[in-house]
Amino acid sequence: MKSGSNLERLLEKGEFVITGELGPPKGPDVEVVKEKAAMLKGNVDAVNITDNQTAIVRMSSIAACKILIEEGLEPTMQMVARDRNRIAMMSDLFGAAAFGIKNMLCLSGDHQSFGSHPEAKNVFDIDSIQMIHMVKTMRDEHKVICGEEIEGDFKMFIGAASNPFADPFWYRVHRLAKKVEAGVDFIQTQCIYDMKRFRDFMKQAVDMGLHEKCKILAGVTPLKSVGMARYMAANVSGIIIPEETIERLRGAGKGNVAAEGIKILCEQIQELREIEGIAGIHLMAIEWEHKVPEIVKMAGLLPRPKL
Amino acid sequence: MIVGERKPFSEILSMVDNCSKILILGCGSCVTICMAGGEEEVKILGSQLRLAFRRNGKNVEVEEFMALRQCDDEYMDDPVLIEKVKEADIVVSMACGVGVQHASTFFNKIIDEGLVRVVPALNTTFMGANIGVGEWEERCVGCGDCVLEKTAGICPITRCAKSLLNGPCGGSFDGKCEISEDTECAWHLIIERLNALGELDRVRSVEPYKDWRPSHSGGLRKTVREDAKI
Repeated sequence: MKSGSNLERLLEKGEFVITGELGPPKGPDVEVVKEKAAMLKGNVDAVNITDNQTAIVRMSSIAACKILIEEGLEPTMQMVARDRNRIAMMSDLFGAAAFGIKNMLCLSGDHQSFGSHPEAKNVFDIDSIQMIHMVKTMRDEHKVICGEEIEGDFKMFIGAASNPFADPFWYRVHRLAKKVEAGVDFIQTQCIYDMKRFRDFMKQAVDMGLHEKCKILAGVTPLKSVGMARYMAANVSGIIIPEETIERLRGAGKGNVAAEGIKILCEQIQELREIEGIAGIHLMAIEWEHKVPEIVKMAGLLPRPKL
Repeated sequence: MIVGERKPFSEILSMVDNCSKILILGCGSCVTICMAGGEEEVKILGSQLRLAFRRNGKNVEVEEFMALRQCDDEYMDDPVLIEKVKEADIVVSMACGVGVQHASTFFNKIIDEGLVRVVPALNTTFMGANIGVGEWEERCVGCGDCVLEKTAGICPITRCAKSLLNGPCGGSFDGKCEISEDTECAWHLIIERLNALGELDRVRSVEPYKDWRPSHSGGLRKTVREDAKI
């Protein structure tokens, strides 16, 4: 076992996993984390805790992860390359391991120009692929980058993101292959709406045997409204929403759009389950955590497997 | 070349407040070519200052002078220039940040009648190339360890907003960077060019952590060429 986390063990067993996502509050309000955690508990196998997503200052991922553990959930600590150099990263990883955090996700991070402090200086000492390599070296060789031995046990299940919808499209699978080469254990993809492009991407990944070297979780986000769909398609990096999906939402009529969005999502989850190489779902219900129990139930993913 | 942009006039004016004799010193190298601190720009700033002082009823003398390179003693050691500096209360340098500092050090070293004040009229923006009429774009951050042989002659440290060595990130769309539709994704350019050259293997493996010591992260950098010393 690489970390012995719930997520790792379920994936090793061949269970179809589901991970959730929780954005920490813009302050030290523990109750916000606890409330969101309560909605996710029992409905997902692990929960990603974002690291100042979209470069907006929030409670640190490591602290919110600790609260989640106390609440009886398993966190996946996200870590971005934007705000920390290698010294701070390795230090935080020791701290995370000391707190009992067993999963982490290596990310480049949204550029600070999108966030609340565009005046900030970024770091980008190492990139997300080098971060994967760094964590793997720490875990498997028991050494920090400079070669010094680590005191104590360091275990971590290493994740990373993949965006099949960015450009150049033909290169995306090669970037995934680089993450595999660096030593990633699991991948969570960007939100998928364009299933055709995703199938093409997965076919390439399977042809290269990447699904056998890491577990690939398909990223999904329910569409709450036509406005949200239009906004995401226009403004969020890596999101392509087919016009027919937007038309279907609109066709549902006033008061029924959100329910239709969940229905579309559940159908999509069934489709994703059938795609070769997909080991689970990463459900990003952004500020819609209270809908997660309903979505997971409707998608036929309850009860969650126990180990 | 080093590219600069002139500071707003109000900012320059506030620097020379309470001075009665001002010397505007242009630079004949990089900032002349990028039209920020050459002879023409010296004349324009001089006229603007004179006009502003006249309007405010102030009797201020504004002198203008050009040095070929403010970053080199050889071009600064001019008796006419030194005389003008001695007479002035303040020197408004229209060179890049290198020139401003060098001019300050040089004048303070050779003029022993007290401290010479040298202030900047430009913001030094980047090391870049002329990419079109009146357009310059950053090309090098001087990281001290060039990787251009691996990246088809396109610098990811400079041109990628995240300085990724294993790009492109998930924010690359239609060849553009996530930070702006006006910015090309450096890694898109790199990948497409390497593909066209049949050299994709150069970026197939994980590029290791960069050693940032030769960059500014390692502190002040200095080059000594013993063979060039007399």
